[in-house]
Amino acid sequence: MSDVVERTLSALPGLLGQHDPGAGPGGGPGRVSATSRLGGLIRSITALSSKHEEEKLIQQEQTNLKATVSAPTTTLRLMKECMVRLIYCEMLGYESSFGYIHAIKLAQQGNLLEKRVGYLAVSLFLHENHELLLLLVNTVVKDLQSTNLVEVCMALTVVSQIFPREMIPAVLPLIEDKLQHSKEIIRRKAVQALYKFYLIAPNQVQHIHDKFRKALCDRDVGVMAASLHIYLQMIKKNASGYKDLTESFVTILKQVVGGKLPIDFNYHSVPAPWLQIQLLRILGLLGKDDPRTSELMYDVLDESLRRAEINHNITYAILFECVQTIYTICPKSDLLEKAAKCIGKFVLSPKINLKYLGLKALTYVIQQDPNLALQHQMTIIECLDHPDPIIKRETLELLYRITNGQNVTVIVQKMLDYLRQSKEEYTIINLTGKIAELAEKYAPDNEWFIQTMNAVFSVGGDVMHPDIPNNFLRLLAEGFDDEKEDEQLRVYAVQSYLSLLEEEDAFYPQKFLQVMSWVLGEYSYLINDGDPEVIITRLHRLLKQTFVTSETKAWIMTAITKMSSRMSCSKTVDKLIQEFSTSLDTCMRQYAFELKHLCENKELMKKLLPLDASCDEIMVDASLSFLDGFVAEGLGSGAAPYKPHHQRQEEKLSQEKALNFEPYGLSFTSSMSSSGFTGRQSPAGLSLGSDMSGNSAEIGQKETNCLKLDGVRKLWGKEGYLPKKENKTGKEDKTQPVPPDSILMGHVVDPPLMQSEQQVVSLSEEEKEKQQLASTLFVGLGSNSTISLMGRADTITQKLKKKSKISETQNSEEASSFQNTATLPFSPLPDTAPNNNKENFQGNEHLRLRKVSLSSSEVLEASVSFDTSQSLTEAGLDEKLSNCRLSTSSLFADSNIEVFQPPQNVPDIVASKAPLSLCLPEELAGHPHSEIVALCSRDILTVYSCKVWTDDCSLLVLFVANNSTSPLKTVNLVFESTEHFKIFESLSCHFPVIEAQSIESCQKCVQLEKVCTEGILSGSISYHLETDTHLEFSLTFSLSDFIRPMKITTEDFGRLWLSFSNDVKQNLKMSPSQGSLSIALNALKQKLKLHIVEIIGNEGIAACRLLPSIPCLLHCRTHARTLALWFRSSCSALPDSLLYQCQKVMEES
Amino acid sequence: MIKAILIFNNHGKPRLSKFYQRYSEDTQQQIIRETFHLVSKRDENVCNFLEGGLLIGGSDNKLIYRHYATLYFVFCVDSSESELGILDLIQVFVETLDKCFENVCELDLIFHVDKVHNILAEMVMGGMVLETNMNEIVTQIDAQNKLEKSEVRLRDSIMSFNLKHDHNISMMCNLCCLSFNTILYTAACL
Repeated sequence: MSDVVERTLSALPGLLGQHDPGAGPGGGPGRVSATSRLGGLIRSITALSSKHEEEKLIQQEQTNLKATVSAPTTTLRLMKECMVRLIYCEMLGYESSFGYIHAIKLAQQGNLLEKRVGYLAVSLFLHENHELLLLLVNTVVKDLQSTNLVEVCMALTVVSQIFPREMIPAVLPLIEDKLQHSKEIIRRKAVQALYKFYLIAPNQVQHIHDKFRKALCDRDVGVMAASLHIYLQMIKKNASGYKDLTESFVTILKQVVGGKLPIDFNYHSVPAPWLQIQLLRILGLLGKDDPRTSELMYDVLDESLRRAEINHNITYAILFECVQTIYTICPKSDLLEKAAKCIGKFVLSPKINLKYLGLKALTYVIQQDPNLALQHQMTIIECLDHPDPIIKRETLELLYRITNGQNVTVIVQKMLDYLRQSKEEYTIINLTGKIAELAEKYAPDNEWFIQTMNAVFSVGGDVMHPDIPNNFLRLLAEGFDDEKEDEQLRVYAVQSYLSLLEEEDAFYPQKFLQVMSWVLGEYSYLINDGDPEVIITRLHRLLKQTFVTSETKAWIMTAITKMSSRMSCSKTVDKLIQEFSTSLDTCMRQYAFELKHLCENKELMKKLLPLDASCDEIMVDASLSFLDGFVAEGLGSGAAPYKPHHQRQEEKLSQEKALNFEPYGLSFTSSMSSSGFTGRQSPAGLSLGSDMSGNSAEIGQKETNCLKLDGVRKLWGKEGYLPKKENKTGKEDKTQPVPPDSILMGHVVDPPLMQSEQQVVSLSEEEKEKQQLASTLFVGLGSNSTISLMGRADTITQKLKKKSKISETQNSEEASSFQNTATLPFSPLPDTAPNNNKENFQGNEHLRLRKVSLSSSEVLEASVSFDTSQSLTEAGLDEKLSNCRLSTSSLFADSNIEVFQPPQNVPDIVASKAPLSLCLPEELAGHPHSEIVALCSRDILTVYSCKVWTDDCSLLVLFVANNSTSPLKTVNLVFESTEHFKIFESLSCHFPVIEAQSIESCQKCVQLEKVCTEGILSGSISYHLETDTHLEFSLTFSLSDFIRPMKITTEDFGRLWLSFSNDVKQNLKMSPSQGSLSIALNALKQKLKLHIVEIIGNEGIAACRLLPSIPCLLHCRTHARTLALWFRSSCSALPDSLLYQCQKVMEES
Repeated sequence: MIKAILIFNNHGKPRLSKFYQRYSEDTQQQIIRETFHLVSKRDENVCNFLEGGLLIGGSDNKLIYRHYATLYFVFCVDSSESELGILDLIQVFVETLDKCFENVCELDLIFHVDKVHNILAEMVMGGMVLETNMNEIVTQIDAQNKLEKSEVRLRDSIMSFNLKHDHNISMMCNLCCLSFNTILYTAACL
């Protein structure tokens, strides 16, 4: 390939004269002039010698261009040439924003060639959020509708490059249509464009997931390959949702590997290698931790390994993916063996790229199979001295993974060596972090630890991660289990820093100096022989150095202050005070004065700076309660109470009507409870919550009316922060240091005999050295080692284990704040549920509901009666199924590929009737609820679930039925925490015992944390019966589970409508059966639980809220068979998701 | 995903830069400079992968590059791309350029930046690999060129005959592949 580009730039000026533009296609008269003008520009740029001259030239060029593009006489052809020159300027880094609008115009008006350049310029100049991009939308829409293929292609390309997120609805239907286009290139580009939409706005394309399935079954391989991008992304996010496709992917891969694709797809006689790579990645994701799915792919993986034998780069790419997949999915021994052999091929290859990948694979595999590292230890040693720094770094990465207590010194030494050679910032940051981590974990002794950290600080300097010095200092301050050990470490640190500071002109990075000064300030009293005067002199000397920044100076000053508190008087300190009280640096002057005044009052100083108290908690009165008196005084003398900004705005809004006798809408409560006092745990909110729980709903309404002022008064009233203070004292009690559970590392085990040592009889000097290195490096690895690498994180014997004091405090803080907030979601609503029900799930973690005997028929009735969500999903699935079946016949019809059968996606949930009968507790049975379905079952235990939709929350009732004849003990039910859902009160539920043939139940209140249209809540149940058994289950919640009607008046609606900023509009087609607006709205009301506020003519308004109380308003209008929906809400994601739900409802009805 | 595709010569002069993720103008220039700095100091006999330009985003991303005579072709990709796969993709890209420009050289890239971008757009779309088959890419490009060329020819003939708004022009120019709409539109423009 090197002969391809022969002519070099040095020949440029000579060539420019006779360069024939005809080399490129399309040499009209326009091309010549374009080339010559651009040529002139480039020629003059190459002739320049300095950056400054270039800047001047480009500026001039830009002025010319500006004049040309804005002249009205400029033809589109000339404009096209200008754009090319602008692209060149932009590429050199000179912004030419004056031309952006013209690029858009060119894309709008030009002929094909000009349009193409216009689009290109737009995609190079603008970014997704650029305001000018909105002007392009129309052009794109027009071109998408064009009958000219090239125009459609261009539009699709630009859409997949940049498109404003909020304008997606405008083009989405057009692009969806393109999925049925007869040309495969269009279909393929349409899929890519949809992929882009999926990336930037997944909610908006959720309804076309079926179409992705169709694309996957497309008869054209290219379209299928494009759809794999989408699937890879979706499976990455949620592998469990696509397990049913595994068989399809396996079949496709089988066909590709088997050479069933047309010969065009071969690359160096390997069939569609990129496609294979993509498929292997998908399979890896699907098979991870799933033995059943993994089972399906063993054969095809084996075949891929076997077929990929031709010695070309690309086959190695496939092999590498195979190896990675094999090690990702559930292991199978003979495949692992083959994969290990493959890794050997990579590692031993003379080709350096393959070696790099081999090391990467080893790094990946090493945790599962440490023996493999032993096999290749000599190669690894060689790679450590490889001339290519990248290979070296990869080797260090590998070593980092196999570090243990026995080889840590050697490995860290190697890393430090590399670090000292490297100048790259990235490497330094990366490696210093690793060394610090290893040193903390495996340090054999204090001396080594301090020395290593010193090296890290001096090399890492000021680029390293700030956590490293912070962690180090925390470690010193908090110490370990052993007081004596702690002291030794501190003493050693002080000594080593003192000797480092002894040198007169040594240069240290700022961070290092800061660490030193802190340690000296805190712990210098520990060394008996050291004279504090000497230490202060050394620190004083540092203060005068020019390279020390003012931040570091502050650290040093603090250290000196600490030390001077421990001695009676010091000449150096006096000198220092004198020197800096006239300093020009105001900070230093302040420090000096502070020090001076403290020195005058030694008593106070000792109290202020106690010995070794760096870990003691300092109480900060965040609520500023000491100001309460002042505030009360102010209020007493007639000052207006303080209102936060958002509250003032709300009031302004409500003041538009002078006298308002109606109760305010729900939204006010909601905004109060959700946003009002989140910053400071409001006592008002608290007292409100507790007031309410005892009282009836009527008071709730009143309370809402005058809520705001009340809240304020209580906030700043004379009682101050009573509830808050209680919390604080509670917190103190909780923060007790927990006894650390670390074990001291045992002594070094005798290094195991290395196989290689026995094999090799005679060794050269150099080889011997390497062997020795190997034995030190790989000590503790392999089968005869005591340290298991698999579970490194938990089995390691940590020498320096930090006390978990900090997290402890955080936990208790969280807990206390949780107590506060937990009551807020249940704040009163006008139509609130009976209170006894609410208390039920607030109070206890799980309720022992009544036990049910074997058969009672009335219960079954209840369970069949009400189910919307279940039937909904089933309908959707049916549709999907038929789609899949339809496409099978046409799949790959053109090429000679066997038709494969897409899998039947039968839902996992078996809606079996319960053998033991179940019923909801009485207080819940009155609410709408879903059918009781079995979630998971083992012969002796079954878990059933039921969703209950009460007015103020979504309850999940889980029944655990013991089918066996013996009681089950210690049954634990745990939910996995997800980002979408929040479960009150805790994620787990514990049953000490479940009697034979009986049912226990527990209730959890589920709340939507992050708005999504559908999400999966998974968890597991474990129980003990002879052995510990573990069962996993998952259930789906959709947005509609969390939507409740919001009953408000039209006036309230109007007021609220104006106050919300997030809105989404969409037009939906209505089928003739849907007829009028009221029918459509009623369908929405039934399925989505909207509250219809009013319908006038062909317009209607509806309102709903997302639990606990985020309002969402809907305005809809019918117009000639289209239904225009317009959502507004205070939450940005809610309208999008609701729109999607509405679309689904409309499609179904 | 491919984050960026950069081509620069041995002196670090950019010949093509295409970013699939949003970076500010300054960052883009910094990335080009940093990438050149990283790539140019590497020997010929080292591996083609590089980790850790700081700017292009930390440990997840890597640079995969090839050096042809005077030009460096650099792809910045994240971990979801196969290293060797991308390496061969660069090869396909260069071979395609070679075919389209008939013995490509650095000058072609300078003077036909728009064409190079078009070829690239056929291979990589929005950061994802769209097409890896060289013949397919060349066919697409040829088809587009033919269409565009015929349009240009059409316009030239309109100018020479000075026939405005003549709908029969399509007959004269012997264009069968051009859609009627486009012709109408072009004629109206002139």
